[in-house]
Amino acid sequence: MADKIVISSENETFLAKIIELSGEAVTVCDQCGTCSGSCPMIAEMDLTPSQMMRMVQLGQRETLDSKTMWLCASCFACTVRCPRGLDLSKVAEALRQVTLRKAIDHIDIRAIPADELAELPQIALVGALRKLTG
Amino acid sequence: MTPEKRDSKKPSGRGGPAAKTRLPYYPGCTLKTTAQNLESSALAAAEALGIELVELPRWNCCGVVYSLAEDDLMHHVAPVRNLVRAQEMSASGAVDDNARLVTLCSMCFNTLKRANARVRENADDLETINDFMYLEDDYAGSVDVVHFLEILRDLGSEAVGEAVKVPLEGLKVAPYYGCTMLRPKEVGIDDPEDPTVQEDLLRALGAEPVDNPYKKVCCGSYQVVQSRDVVIDLAHDILGHARAAGADVITTCCPLCAFNLDSRQNEIAETRPGFEPIPVLYITQLMALAFALSAERCRFDLNRTDPRPLLSGKGLMREEP
Amino acid sequence: MRVGVYVCHCGGNISEVVDVKKVAEAAGAHADVVISRDYEHMCSDLGQKLIADDIAEHKLDRVVVAACSPQFQGGTFMRVLETSGLNPHVLEMANIREHCSWCHGDSPAEATGKAVSLTNMAIARVRLDEALEKRTMPIGHRTLVVGGGIAGIQTALDLGDSGFQVHLVERSPSIGGKMAQLSRTFPTEDCSACILSPKMADVPANPNIELLTYSEVESVEGHLGGFEVTVVRKARYVDPDKCVACGLCEEKCPVSVPNEYEEGLTSRKAIYVPFGFAVPNKNVIDESVCLRLTKGGTVCGLCQKVCPHDAISFDDKPRTERITVDTIVVATGYDTFDAAKKTVYGYGRYENVVTAMQMERMIVHAAEGSPIRPIKGRIGFIQCVGSRDEQVGNEYCSRVCCMYASKLSQLLKRSDPKRDVYVFYTDLRAFGKGFEEYYKRGQEAGVKFVRGRVAELLEDPVTKKVTVKVEDTLSRQIIESEFDLVVLSVGMEPNAGTESIAGMLRLTKSPDGFLQEAHPKFKPVDTLTEGVFLAGTVQGPKDIPDTVSQASAAAARAIRLMNQGEHVLSPVVAFVHESACDGCGECVAACPVEAISVTSGVARISEAECTGCGACISSCPTDALDLRAYTNDQLLAEVREAVGEGGGRGTAVLVFADDMTGYRLADNVGTARLTYDTDSRIIRVPSGSRVTPKLMLEAFAAGAGGILIAESEEKSSPYAGSAKVMRKNVAVARQALEDRGIEPERVRSIEFVTVMLAKFAAEVNGLAALVRKLGPIPEDKRNYLSKGIGERRLVDSR
Repeated sequence: MADKIVISSENETFLAKIIELSGEAVTVCDQCGTCSGSCPMIAEMDLTPSQMMRMVQLGQRETLDSKTMWLCASCFACTVRCPRGLDLSKVAEALRQVTLRKAIDHIDIRAIPADELAELPQIALVGALRKLTG
Repeated sequence: MTPEKRDSKKPSGRGGPAAKTRLPYYPGCTLKTTAQNLESSALAAAEALGIELVELPRWNCCGVVYSLAEDDLMHHVAPVRNLVRAQEMSASGAVDDNARLVTLCSMCFNTLKRANARVRENADDLETINDFMYLEDDYAGSVDVVHFLEILRDLGSEAVGEAVKVPLEGLKVAPYYGCTMLRPKEVGIDDPEDPTVQEDLLRALGAEPVDNPYKKVCCGSYQVVQSRDVVIDLAHDILGHARAAGADVITTCCPLCAFNLDSRQNEIAETRPGFEPIPVLYITQLMALAFALSAERCRFDLNRTDPRPLLSGKGLMREEP
Repeated sequence: MRVGVYVCHCGGNISEVVDVKKVAEAAGAHADVVISRDYEHMCSDLGQKLIADDIAEHKLDRVVVAACSPQFQGGTFMRVLETSGLNPHVLEMANIREHCSWCHGDSPAEATGKAVSLTNMAIARVRLDEALEKRTMPIGHRTLVVGGGIAGIQTALDLGDSGFQVHLVERSPSIGGKMAQLSRTFPTEDCSACILSPKMADVPANPNIELLTYSEVESVEGHLGGFEVTVVRKARYVDPDKCVACGLCEEKCPVSVPNEYEEGLTSRKAIYVPFGFAVPNKNVIDESVCLRLTKGGTVCGLCQKVCPHDAISFDDKPRTERITVDTIVVATGYDTFDAAKKTVYGYGRYENVVTAMQMERMIVHAAEGSPIRPIKGRIGFIQCVGSRDEQVGNEYCSRVCCMYASKLSQLLKRSDPKRDVYVFYTDLRAFGKGFEEYYKRGQEAGVKFVRGRVAELLEDPVTKKVTVKVEDTLSRQIIESEFDLVVLSVGMEPNAGTESIAGMLRLTKSPDGFLQEAHPKFKPVDTLTEGVFLAGTVQGPKDIPDTVSQASAAAARAIRLMNQGEHVLSPVVAFVHESACDGCGECVAACPVEAISVTSGVARISEAECTGCGACISSCPTDALDLRAYTNDQLLAEVREAVGEGGGRGTAVLVFADDMTGYRLADNVGTARLTYDTDSRIIRVPSGSRVTPKLMLEAFAAGAGGILIAESEEKSSPYAGSAKVMRKNVAVARQALEDRGIEPERVRSIEFVTVMLAKFAAEVNGLAALVRKLGPIPEDKRNYLSKGIGERRLVDSR
């Protein structure tokens, strides 16, 4: 059975929140897919980047359940190619922040094996903690 | 690209007793630990070109990665504080350049430059941050953040060529750029789709750059912490394409790229039969090599995939007597 | 002076509210009003006769009609004056219907008082009216068409067939343009060269068309009815009268360069004929690569040696010709987007990436059985290359690429069904006649349409195959597959030559960089420069049917102007009081259409170009500039009268309403019987920018309470740039008032559209109420203000 979307005023609130946090005109995305074609992390994503944008446009809170924005490496390949001049990395950040600001972290440093922690350069750890924890 | 203010004293290019230009230099955390080979080789190469990179006193973490949320000022405090330090350093007379702060690590470069732009364009945000750091001097927006490769580009191929003692003939190099040095456009030091700054430098060193379209594809960055497998796949593609283009080695200028590409090669070989390991070097290490600087400066010992057999096989490992 | 005043009852429309007899009586009290009447219907035959008879009998030299809006019956009364031997411009109308009886139906006493005042204002104006001569300019039947593509060709043929003289100038050696390079045209798939060729042949055959190929327009001076054009005839080095295009020279020529017509896929010689059906079908030497012409001496010269008709001369020089024409049509066409700028697609670096124009040529040759480049394997088309892309600076859609890709892809598929053909699109725009049906035929043929914008192309260094990376946004899957050939559907950009011709003719550009039409709805082929028209892709991306339509439209518009034989110019133009002009040149920059220049130390107005907006007047520091029919003195007299004797009650709200919108809007308000404050007086101006700061301050010094400028909104205004000047004038006036201790809120300006009826009434009422609250300006302040104006201290603050 195909998924259904129920449109309610909740959608407007969610969309407005993402627009505010990201500072990006999400409604201008015309779903061309350039971002998805450029994304290096797409192999593990459940939603493609353009799909993520679409769901935000429709104001769907379920976007927050996706893995996609957590997998974003902030590489800005989408940013330099978007034909509408949008910065998706900021939209991904906004989606992450909605969850992180509720003190819900995405990674737990304690879950990383000690030998790996020892090996990883600080820059990777600091970067990951900055983006994936609150 | 954006023209930076030129040095008042152009370095002689021969090193030695001629007047050196002292530039403020921001290392960042990783250059003091796993990426000591980047710092060591870069400082040595700079010296050979008549540039003294003077470390910023009391620097703190750059605040990687630049915070992208519109309302987040807190995460810009750390980078701006470094800019205050740069201001102090310029005022102290310890350096010759009043305006520039040089970085070696591309991620630090990106974070510092974007934070700088943010506060330069938003007077209210700058005021808030300055007020918050009430124990510090106010940041006046006077510092320009530059990448070491920009300094080298401004110097020019000729000046670099003059310092070369061991031209890297026969060495095919696939330069790898990654993301943070090139993107977004307001920050990047070169064209994000078709950069050439490393290629030009490699030619000045006598090496042969080989092009490969994966040179600007992200290595996975901090995702190595939670998504090892994706990073392994990306590294495989990046390294594989470089090999296919005929490269002997890969160069980079970011400690995280170096880590992601260098240290996972065993796992790649395990999961992808037919994969041949390929040395990953910092471009400054190749500079140090070409300038015939000592092994203590080149620090090849810190490169996970040992480049020394290949380099000496090409007759390039010589030292200044 | 002998003034006649006529007050109309308008069949009760006026007389039921306004005491028309009283108005006529009040008017008659003026010393110079010789006769003052009221009558039922002034506009009727009898009413008109009344005026005509009075003019004759009482030797009137000025006429005032107090009746309906001049925009309604102004023309009628002007004709009466004309037939009676008076200049039509010594007529003034007082609008006591739309602006009085109809909008003050609930206050007859005040309405009558206002009607008296409005009539006095008209009398004050009429005293200063001048006889304005009807200015005409002869227009001949000569047109310059710049550009010899299909647009220029069609325009030239239409004009030539209609008996007009045409000079068609084309910069390349042959006419035909881009259409000559196409294979087949959508949606009918007719052969482009086949349908174009006869049209091209018609051009030199038409006795009214002078064809100047390999020529460029160097400069244009003058205006409609007299454009002085300098054309450079480039040196061909081949005499077209002797050359028969036998091709012997080409055989011998040692120089080979990429062939532009074949988009670089083949080469041509230094001496060449552009293409098989070129018009003129003659050789030309490319002087930038010819050995003799670049090196001199006796180098090479083989072509000359073998030419059996002695047609070649290396001594040929460019010649300059001067042509005078009456109208100009600009049809300089487009260039395709330079695909190399989109580095991610590797054009110029990857072997197997070509442009759509190259594919056109490839298909033409393949169909003949002599391919210039193999077309095999899996082919992919990438849409929107250089269009709809902020990263390369072109936001617009190029309109034709979806259709031409549908065409190329199905041509390829149907000629070899084994081919695998993909089209990667963002949207598929198939809007025209037969377009959707044609697209469907493409789908039926098996072309695979994928909705996704290709992110990047990668070349395999060994096989040279091209990997396409794209998201199929409809199924949300990523495609990363190899193609044997990728075709870039490049968009349209304004032609390189557009910039220079636009500069010469002072043409404006739209935000997308193409040349701008005078009005996006009603004047799609006119420009703001009178007598200059646009046709074809120079105005914006479009396909061949639309281009041909525009070309014929441009011809029709030019014919319309030229058929009039003479062009009647509005007498409302700026003029200079030369004794007051010090040649400072401030007005030159202030004129939005560059109609003013300073020569011999005095400003001069080009009356042919002046649109009569009045924006320049406020820029003059010495009051040397003025506007006919709306002179400074006239407006001041009208204002003083409106305010009333001795400053009146000090609460008058003066509404300066512009011709196009404000005045019309006020009429509409009256027609709708909406009411507003009777203390208002509407004063007609051509545009809001005519109201100078000085005039506003004089009004207050004379005792006005408030001023409202009702102006057209900027995007609908016929006078470019006047809204900006108006706003500046208002700011200057406000500052001056504030400096003299007078409330700046007394001056307001609103940019209206003609349907904002309630808003107009509300604004007038609002200002009137404010003025009453603030009270009249005290006399000492008014005197202080007056002094300041006299000493020029206030109005020189620019």
